[in-house]
Amino acid sequence: MKEVIQDIIIRNSDDYIINMGPQHPSTHGVLRLELSLQGEKVKYVVPHIGYIHRGIEKMCERDTYQQIIHLTDRFDYLSAHMNNEAVCLNVENALEVEVPERVKYIRTILDELNRLASHQLWWCAFGMDLGALTTFFYGLRDREVILDIFEESFGSRLLHSFNTPGGLMHDIHPNFQKRTKEFIKYFRKKLPEYDQLLSNNVIFQMRTKGIGYMSKEVAISYGVTGPSGRASGFSCDVRKNHPYSAYDKVDFKEILDTTGDTFTRYKLRIAEMWESMNIIEQLIDNIPEGDYTAKMKPIIKLPVGEYYQRVETSRGEMGVFIISDGNKFPVRVKFRTPNFANLFVLNKIGSGNKIADIVAISGSLDLVIPDIDR
Amino acid sequence: MNIFKYFGEIFGAIKSLWAGMRVTGYYFIHPGQIVTQKYPENRKTLKMTERFKGEVIMMHDENNQHACTGCGICELNCPNGSIEIITDKITNEAGKSIKIIDKHIYHLSMCTFCELCIKTCPSDAIGWGQEYEHAVFDRHKLTKVLNHPGSSLRKKPSKEPNQE
Repeated sequence: MKEVIQDIIIRNSDDYIINMGPQHPSTHGVLRLELSLQGEKVKYVVPHIGYIHRGIEKMCERDTYQQIIHLTDRFDYLSAHMNNEAVCLNVENALEVEVPERVKYIRTILDELNRLASHQLWWCAFGMDLGALTTFFYGLRDREVILDIFEESFGSRLLHSFNTPGGLMHDIHPNFQKRTKEFIKYFRKKLPEYDQLLSNNVIFQMRTKGIGYMSKEVAISYGVTGPSGRASGFSCDVRKNHPYSAYDKVDFKEILDTTGDTFTRYKLRIAEMWESMNIIEQLIDNIPEGDYTAKMKPIIKLPVGEYYQRVETSRGEMGVFIISDGNKFPVRVKFRTPNFANLFVLNKIGSGNKIADIVAISGSLDLVIPDIDR
Repeated sequence: MNIFKYFGEIFGAIKSLWAGMRVTGYYFIHPGQIVTQKYPENRKTLKMTERFKGEVIMMHDENNQHACTGCGICELNCPNGSIEIITDKITNEAGKSIKIIDKHIYHLSMCTFCELCIKTCPSDAIGWGQEYEHAVFDRHKLTKVLNHPGSSLRKKPSKEPNQE
């Protein structure tokens, strides 16, 4: 890692510049990419962000610790449960509260269910970016089953503020275990269809193989985490390296690859779906009996100090940093969100490719724009 | 040698396309396995799950009585200011002036469905409603008064231990 990775963009007045976004469908939200073209080749990519900045970090300073939870749903809405869990774990560790075993197991199962739902939607959208509209319907068909399970237990499908410092809002629904087992059985049959439809498709492979190569050094220096980083050989799985909740009780592999192109990032997410199902199957029958929440005071006051906790969301490492002065409101809350780091590698791995390849590369990074802007 | 590779690639490509077409073809001739729901047509019979977060409502019994004492804990816990409570003071039969609830105002347009108000309500006066169609033409219609007109506070039967 001796070479300094330079990322200086020199703008010339005779560059041909086009804007991709903010309403472009393949940017999955309001992201504007400034592309400088030389013929059909892209010289540089400059992301312009902040179109849906809501100032959540500042809003957290006037909220109590229970009230912060529902704001974290709105970062990466596809991994809402993991974001909630990051704040809850941080507050619980700061107060040195031991949550019941039941809570840890349920949280881990919900994490993995949420990761499955998130990867399914990514698969839909990635196929659609590259022109395969059929994938969108097949992916949403399977995601619907998970969302129905969520709706029964949490009451909402996408933004379920189900965690609270000390445990969960409610106990899981009595049908939860049965329906989750049914889903795993169903999805094990359906996941090979994903390979038949898209992964083995020759047009798809020609558009993704060998494009957007990211080396391990680039991944580390840009802080690219999650499946995108692991496809380059960067071992960054928080679940494995710093286990939280019940991840130390399950046996699972951290999936690594070293090729680092767009197709590898695609294959790695499909492999993660199989691994998530393994984790759920190990836990779903062994949920211990007990309370669904620990005994907490109605007004939580953290001791004076600084606290950091990270979790693995479906897109990478999410960190929560809280500074407390002993009052019921935090002095400063900082969120390290995975998509912010993942976006800015786009210039490094995208420049030199054609415009249509930028769509494939940014799709394989699995960007969620509210997570970048927050 | 080159020509074999050339034709091999062509056959591999056709095979991969055929595999994808077989999946879609299977569902084309098995329409029973397609899972789609028509949105407006089962509106009468559609039953949401019991924990469904539609909107915040105040439960009233058959005598038009509710359990809200107007303590303001839900207003305090709401992170968005979507609940406003206007209380009134009346004199009861014993000649004591007590605080009762005049209006429990709920702004559905500001609500983020975090469930903190319902979770912290000490008298379980509010809960989730099952309504899921909230589209209106004027946003002022999303501001609701939760206590029904003419409703009153339910008398506590006696000291009863909490159920939870």
